[in-house]
Amino acid sequence: MSKIEFTHHQHAHCESGVTSNLLRHEGIDIREPLVFGIGAGLFFGHIPFLKISGTPGTTFRTWPGAIFKRVAQRLDIKMHTERFSTPAKAMLALDKALDAGRPCGMLSSVFYLPYLPEAFRFHFNAHNLVVYGKENGLYNVSDPVMEDVTTIAPDDLAKARFAKGAPEPKGFMYYVTAVPKTINFDKAIQKGIKQTCFFMLSPPIPWFGNKAIFLLAKRIKDYPKKLTPRKASLYLGNIIRMQEEIGTGGAGFRYLYAAFLQEAAQKLKRDDLQGFSQELTQVGDDWRNFAYHAARLMKARQSDIVSYDELSDMLRICGEKEKAIFTRLDKLKWQ
Amino acid sequence: MKVNEVPQDPKDFKEGDKIKKLVYAVDKDGNYTGVNSAGWEVENAATKQAWDVADEELEETAQQVRAGRLSPIAWYMKKNLMDTALLAKYVGKWAWQVKRHFKPQVFNKLPPAMLEKYAAVFNITVDELKAMAKG
Repeated sequence: MSKIEFTHHQHAHCESGVTSNLLRHEGIDIREPLVFGIGAGLFFGHIPFLKISGTPGTTFRTWPGAIFKRVAQRLDIKMHTERFSTPAKAMLALDKALDAGRPCGMLSSVFYLPYLPEAFRFHFNAHNLVVYGKENGLYNVSDPVMEDVTTIAPDDLAKARFAKGAPEPKGFMYYVTAVPKTINFDKAIQKGIKQTCFFMLSPPIPWFGNKAIFLLAKRIKDYPKKLTPRKASLYLGNIIRMQEEIGTGGAGFRYLYAAFLQEAAQKLKRDDLQGFSQELTQVGDDWRNFAYHAARLMKARQSDIVSYDELSDMLRICGEKEKAIFTRLDKLKWQ
Repeated sequence: MKVNEVPQDPKDFKEGDKIKKLVYAVDKDGNYTGVNSAGWEVENAATKQAWDVADEELEETAQQVRAGRLSPIAWYMKKNLMDTALLAKYVGKWAWQVKRHFKPQVFNKLPPAMLEKYAAVFNITVDELKAMAKG
C-alpha cells in the first residue's frame, strides 16, 4: 500500500477543514470559509442543564457532521459514508479505500491521537481528520488543525475511531465518490446564509440560536449570587475555551463566518454582503473583548476589574448586534 | 481583528506550543486571511485552568489511594480524564460496578480477566495497575 498524492492545508476548524481538503483534492476550489458558510456552521447554544464535566454546555457551532453533510448536498457531491460494528472491519474498509486511491475523512477522539499536544487532548469524540496513505506500518494523516501532515500507528487510530462516550464515532468514515462537472456556488451560498439566519433567529426555545446569547448573559449576571467563586470561575473558563480554544478561528467562529461573507460578496458580486462581513467582524472583536474581561474575572475570582454585571452587558450587546445583523441578512433579496 | 493584532502568546504547558493554530484576521486591504497564532493569554489561561482542576483531582485521588481508601482504578480513571460513566462503557460494566471496584478490598479480589480489561483501557500492564496500590 502506498501514499496518495494529497495536499494538506491547515485550517481553523476540523470539520470544515477536512471537507475543504477532501474537495480540493477532487479539484474543487473551495476553502474553509466557503465550506463553513455553505454548511451553515455558525450557531449559538447554551444549555444550562446539560452539564459537561460539571459545567453548563455552550456551543458556537452547529452539531458535528452537519457542515459536511450540507456542503455535499448543496454542491451535489456524492459521498460514501459508513459506520462499523468492529475496529477490524473499520480498518479493513479504510485499507481498501486507500488502495482504491481515496483519501478518507473520519471521526476520532482527540484523546487518542498521540501526535496532538497533551494540552488539547480531552475526551472530545467528534474530531475530523483525513487518512491518505499507509507506509511502513503507519498511516499518513492530514489533520486540519496541524500545520503539517503526520503519522499514526494503526492501533492508536483504531482506538481513536472507536472511542466510547458521547457521541461514539463507531469508526465513521467518508470519502468522495463523484463530483459534478460544474459547481453552482451561488445557490449553495444563498441556501447556507438562509439556513444560518433561520437557526439563529427561529428557535422558539431559549437554549438555541441568538436567544441563547441573552440567556447566557442573564445567567452570568447571577453567577456571583448563585455560585461559589470557584464554580463561577470554572464556568467562565469553559465559555472562553468553547469560544477561543476549540478550533474556532477566533471569536467563536465569528471571524470565520465574516470571512465567508466576504468571499460570498466577491463570488456573488454583492457589496451588501461585504458590509455584513465588516459588521460581523466588529461583533467578533466585541466577543474577543468579552473573553478578555471574562478571563480577568476568571483569574481574579473577584469582581474588582469588571464586574459580572458589566460582563453580562458586554455579552448582551453582542447578542443585540447579531440579532440586528441576522434579521437584515435574512431579508436580503436574491435574484 | 487585524492581522497585526493576532496574539502570539505561547501556550507553554503540556506541549501546547507544538501547534500554531490558524485564526482568521483582516489584512491592511480589508481582506480576510488565515494567520498562525501561538496562542492567546486569555484562552491559555482558560485551558490551563481546566488542566489545573484535573491535576488537583488527580493528586487528591493519589492521596486517597495511598491512604488505602481508594483502589488504583480510581487514580488511573482520573489520569485518563474519564468519569465513572465513561470508564464503565470502556470496560463493559455498569457505573455502580466500577464504583464498587474503587474499594480496595473489592479491587484486591478482582479476577485477573477484569484487571486485564482495566489495564488495557488505561494502556498499562496489570502489574503497573497493582503496583500503584503498594506505592
